[in-house]
Amino acid sequence: MKVEPATSPLLALLAGFISELRAAGLPVSLTENLDAMEAIQHIPIEDRDAFKYALAATLVKNHAHWRAFETVFEVYFSLRGAEYDLIDGEWPEGMDLSDFVDGMDGQQRRQGGGGGEAMSAEQLAEMLFQALMRGDDALMRAIARQAVQRYAGMEPGRPVGGTYYLYRTLRNLDLDGVLERLMDQARQDAPGDLTPLEERLERDEFEARVDQLRKEVEAEIRRRLVADRGVEAMAKTLRKPLPEDVDFMHASREEMMALRRAIYPLTRKLAVRLARKRRHGRKGPLDFRNTMRHSLSYGGVPAEPKFRYPRPAKPEIMVVADVSGSVAAFARFTLHLVYAISNQFSKVRSFVFIDGLDEVTSFFEGVDDIGEAVHRVNAEADVVWVDGHSDYGHAFEVFWERYGKDVGPKTTVMILGDARNNYHASQAWILKEIEHRARKVFWLNPEPGAYWDTGDSIVSEYGVHCDGVFEVRNLRQLEGFVENLV
Amino acid sequence: MSFSFADVDSVRKGLSDVQYLADEGIAGVVYLAERLQKPVLVEGPAGTGKTQLAKSVAEATGARLIRLQCYEGLDESKALYEWNYKKQLLRIQAERQGEDPEGEGMWQQIEDDLFSEEFLLTRPLLEAIRAAEPVVLLIDEVDRVEIETEALLLEILSDYQVSIPELGTVAASQIPLVFLTSNNTRELSEALKRRCLFLHIDYPDLDREKEIVLAKVPGVGESLADQVARIVRSVRQIELKKAPSVSETLDWARTLVLLGVEHIDADTAAETVNILLKYRSDIEKALKEFASSDEDFAAPVATS
Repeated sequence: MKVEPATSPLLALLAGFISELRAAGLPVSLTENLDAMEAIQHIPIEDRDAFKYALAATLVKNHAHWRAFETVFEVYFSLRGAEYDLIDGEWPEGMDLSDFVDGMDGQQRRQGGGGGEAMSAEQLAEMLFQALMRGDDALMRAIARQAVQRYAGMEPGRPVGGTYYLYRTLRNLDLDGVLERLMDQARQDAPGDLTPLEERLERDEFEARVDQLRKEVEAEIRRRLVADRGVEAMAKTLRKPLPEDVDFMHASREEMMALRRAIYPLTRKLAVRLARKRRHGRKGPLDFRNTMRHSLSYGGVPAEPKFRYPRPAKPEIMVVADVSGSVAAFARFTLHLVYAISNQFSKVRSFVFIDGLDEVTSFFEGVDDIGEAVHRVNAEADVVWVDGHSDYGHAFEVFWERYGKDVGPKTTVMILGDARNNYHASQAWILKEIEHRARKVFWLNPEPGAYWDTGDSIVSEYGVHCDGVFEVRNLRQLEGFVENLV
Repeated sequence: MSFSFADVDSVRKGLSDVQYLADEGIAGVVYLAERLQKPVLVEGPAGTGKTQLAKSVAEATGARLIRLQCYEGLDESKALYEWNYKKQLLRIQAERQGEDPEGEGMWQQIEDDLFSEEFLLTRPLLEAIRAAEPVVLLIDEVDRVEIETEALLLEILSDYQVSIPELGTVAASQIPLVFLTSNNTRELSEALKRRCLFLHIDYPDLDREKEIVLAKVPGVGESLADQVARIVRSVRQIELKKAPSVSETLDWARTLVLLGVEHIDADTAAETVNILLKYRSDIEKALKEFASSDEDFAAPVATS
């Protein structure tokens, strides 16, 4: 590959960029690296969007990694691009601000046109309102810059994360209030009353614009932080796990949403793969009868050997899940996944518990929206017995008493939970009994292995009676486990 | 080597001339694909115009479109080439009737004859390689073949050549523009991904969708197209089993035009929503959402 020497500072930057992508977990191979370098020679370097797409097309081969790529890209290349010049308080050229502050008296208007500094907070708020009303991108960007300048209170070298500045800026802008004002305005402007449908559409439109503004503010803060701290340090603080590596127990709200979105395609993929695996299983022993029958067409020579294909019995699944606060998210995802591929099992029954236990199979029957069913489980299942703190011992007692007789040699029992028993009696003998009767007993623990058996966790006390105890902290591990289960 | 596109903008223009409205990302990747001579792997939700992209590129460049539809069980003889063994048999029989005196030497010649181009049946991949005129090769739904079969594609994707043991290597006389589409039902192999440029086509944003409706639906008014695009955007924000695709948006817009609707109100939307959404539970959900717009609709998503 020939690389012109003139571009070498860029190449150095690109090398840093790619190693940051790798650090963020994206698998970037050497070939892809070279492709990227070649690709950027074919596009005008000053075109930031084209540059971004050229890098994306050559380096990111999985759409789930797009966000991670975008973050790193913003950090590395945010200081480039003409419209992003970092000059404080300057408005884009040729923009006549007096248009936007109609209704104010003449003197103020002239000041407003001169530069952002002179504006009062009310004027800024008014301009923000106007910009959102019209959906004016350039003005929104200018306002975002102005707002960060004014409200974020950024000081060089201050060891505070970007989210702090973001929070400060947004609190002052009061976007929720602005949204309501926009809606009021829209209602006034409409000839008659807004129907619910129209109102909804207006709201969606404004929400999209407000979101856009929020992104501008975020980008502005990031640009300033990068300028202050340098690229590498910034990239490191922004590094986030990919959706499939997000820890169930510590996922933020936003990450939860990403996980929920990720689970649909995941289950579909898994279902296709499992169905395929079932059909194309390993070849079985020679099927003598079938071979003889086919030999007739070769004049009695068994030229085409036929094999018996194994038809593995579909297991019967019982899921027993702890749904107390800390592990609830994990239980939800696992239930979701198991039901999404329930056609791979002959029967799925599910039970949830905290200190009491309840069967929730019926919530899932004949429902085609699994997410909804899982939601109902949370709201309606009767799982509290005394105080609403996990009591595995009592929950197992109830399970054994009511449903123990249903556990048979075809049943695989999956127990989900962190085995933090709040120092209640463990009743581990029940698991031993279950293990005797059931085909397999598995325990899935969403805690990292290092925390097992610390504090009130008694995983290994139960674990000795299980066929396997697995650490399942993220979607990747969950997917792996379920695939092996079938 | 001459290129059909001078820069990214001319890609956009060329595509919009054949009624395909590409956004910057799509046009950029198509442009790069031609410059770098690399295949493009196009991924994204169903009905966002992945296959149409390849067709439109072919139309815009005036190239012939060769299409390989992938399915489970696709093999070499369907994708690459096959020997026409019936014809080969005939050839052998014809030779026998001639009854030659030389025996051995003659057999050698028959064998050479049998595995010559005359008896070769070309399948899409080989055809694309051997074509003298510019071609666009579309490998549709590549995620449907088994992971082992993917290997068939690797040689052609990286070196633009096909090795036939009896004949030797057939190299491309011109580099075809290759598009692979995938609905992402399974993870494609690293080897395949590495050889391709990656393009994710998502649902278009508001403005682009509106333009698409305007371009593709005859007789649709500006304001109707705008409303259609807005409603579809809102519908896509609800968590649905299957979000409406672009083709469904177009169907819906066509229906509205046929019905003579100028302004979509809640009733019209409710009556025709079955064109946009294909699951009963989705339809119910959408209707419920739109009937009660006052609630903040981010809330149920976040709490569940």
